[in-house]
Amino acid sequence: MHSIPGRRIIISLFLVFLLLPIYWLVNMSFKTNDEIVSTMTLWPHHPTLAHYTRIFTDESWYSGYINSLKYVIINTVISISVALPAAYAFSRYRFLGDKHLFFWLLSNRMAPAAVYALPFFNLYSAIGLFDTPWAVALAHCIFNVPLAVWILEGFVSGVPREIDETAFLDGYSFPRFFVKILVPLISSGIGVAAFFCFMFSWVELLLARTLTSVDAKPISAVMTRTVSAAGMDWGLLSAAGVLTIIPGALVIWFVRNYIARGFALGRV
Amino acid sequence: MEKTVNQKAWFLVLPVFLVVAFSAIIPMMTVVNYSLQDTFGNNQFFWNGVGWFKELLDPSTDLGGRFLASLGRNLIFSAIILAIEVPLGIVIALSMPRTGWQVAACLVILALPLLIPWNVVGTIWQIFGRPDIGLLGYTLNSLGIEYNYVSNAFDAWATVIVMDVWHWTSLVALLCYAGLKSIPDAYYQAAQIDGASRWAVFTAIQLPKMNRVLLIAVLLRFMDSFMIYTEPFVVTGGGPGNSTTFISIELVKIALGQFDLGKAAAMSLVYNLIILIVCWVFYTVMTNAGAARPVKEGAK
Repeated sequence: MHSIPGRRIIISLFLVFLLLPIYWLVNMSFKTNDEIVSTMTLWPHHPTLAHYTRIFTDESWYSGYINSLKYVIINTVISISVALPAAYAFSRYRFLGDKHLFFWLLSNRMAPAAVYALPFFNLYSAIGLFDTPWAVALAHCIFNVPLAVWILEGFVSGVPREIDETAFLDGYSFPRFFVKILVPLISSGIGVAAFFCFMFSWVELLLARTLTSVDAKPISAVMTRTVSAAGMDWGLLSAAGVLTIIPGALVIWFVRNYIARGFALGRV
Repeated sequence: MEKTVNQKAWFLVLPVFLVVAFSAIIPMMTVVNYSLQDTFGNNQFFWNGVGWFKELLDPSTDLGGRFLASLGRNLIFSAIILAIEVPLGIVIALSMPRTGWQVAACLVILALPLLIPWNVVGTIWQIFGRPDIGLLGYTLNSLGIEYNYVSNAFDAWATVIVMDVWHWTSLVALLCYAGLKSIPDAYYQAAQIDGASRWAVFTAIQLPKMNRVLLIAVLLRFMDSFMIYTEPFVVTGGGPGNSTTFISIELVKIALGQFDLGKAAAMSLVYNLIILIVCWVFYTVMTNAGAARPVKEGAK
């Protein structure tokens, strides 16, 4: 019922608009550099896997992916585990300064990464975490924790309060209630929140690049540096780009049914 | 359902508070500290009072000129992308298929650009738009339209805006879609009985129901476009000249490029303050809309 005239054409055109640049990247990644520079071809006439082979065999390339995944996973775990109890508290109780605290959290989600780049560099150098995945993971908490609290609060509020009361009457202690009853009830919400933490940590470049130099260099930094050094290796750059899209695409597939609700931060 | 007052809830919030405070308050203190001092390197610092702030807000100085120019560019950019993405997102949400596998397919494709690392988004459009190897640039130029985002400021702007529309319209669309999904069928049946026109259904049912998600969408899009850094940096590097140098790019240039700590810190604080004010306005509007909701829900 909520359709508009010509909707098939509109949505098809938009999806083509979304996919065309991505197709072009995939196309480039299978071409030899000769073909890229010398001719304009809509599909690879001499398809090659050389760029992908190079990435999977050269340690400086594939370690970039491992480093990125490391901090993304650490960040997701930290964010979700600290956000869960807080989301419960915000959803169920009123306490001193709760509204201000919530706004303060929200404002951190909105703080520009560029503002924090330099002070984070100083802070993490001072405590010896510079160039480790932990530095990036903790730095990304500044926007992921508030987001996780925000999303989970919406989902916890969707659980009727009677369930808590019944559980406490049945003699559940708070931690046991939390783990045995609440967490399974909002598992889809946890999935969505984890998805968002993964997403925002995975796509961020500025902080990840500033807080690492050699050992923990994320893939996005590897891409920017290696490529500009030896002229433009378009094929290799494209292949690296395609490989960064894959984890995201996989994660979307798992949460596809909750994605719309998740983007509304659990508030629909 | 009234919330109960319970001060012990602070213990549940404490971990979040500590983690975020560690990442927010300590660095912010460093920034405040730097913003009041000057340095000539070698870790020697001198008290400079509010000197940097005065300079920052005075367009005749180098720093002030650069700050206000990039601020202006950023505001124009945010206004343009909001004007495009919000209506387009609503239209896309309304055009979504209703049932079947197409829904899942559309959702996955829509969400795809959101999951691409920002520098790769830049790379994609950098390649796509190049006149020699990119489909877009090549096509435009062979159609006789001069297009080169490296040397022409207008083309650079167009590229950055189309890129942002490509990247983020899906977010608005998905939010609106979630809002539309929550409308019960009874509303549409009532409209049909009343003989309401397509437009009336949109303005009287769909738009009011999308109010809250639209607010979130506008808030997120404004904030994120206001701190955009990576994508234009990869595509245009802030050029040609300074034409696509937005605030974050300018700030990183001053802080990590020139290592002008005092200037960068002062700029950070003002930048953050602007964001905080806008954020507060949105938050107030949002919580007020939230407070008004139970009444509406009760009516149904």
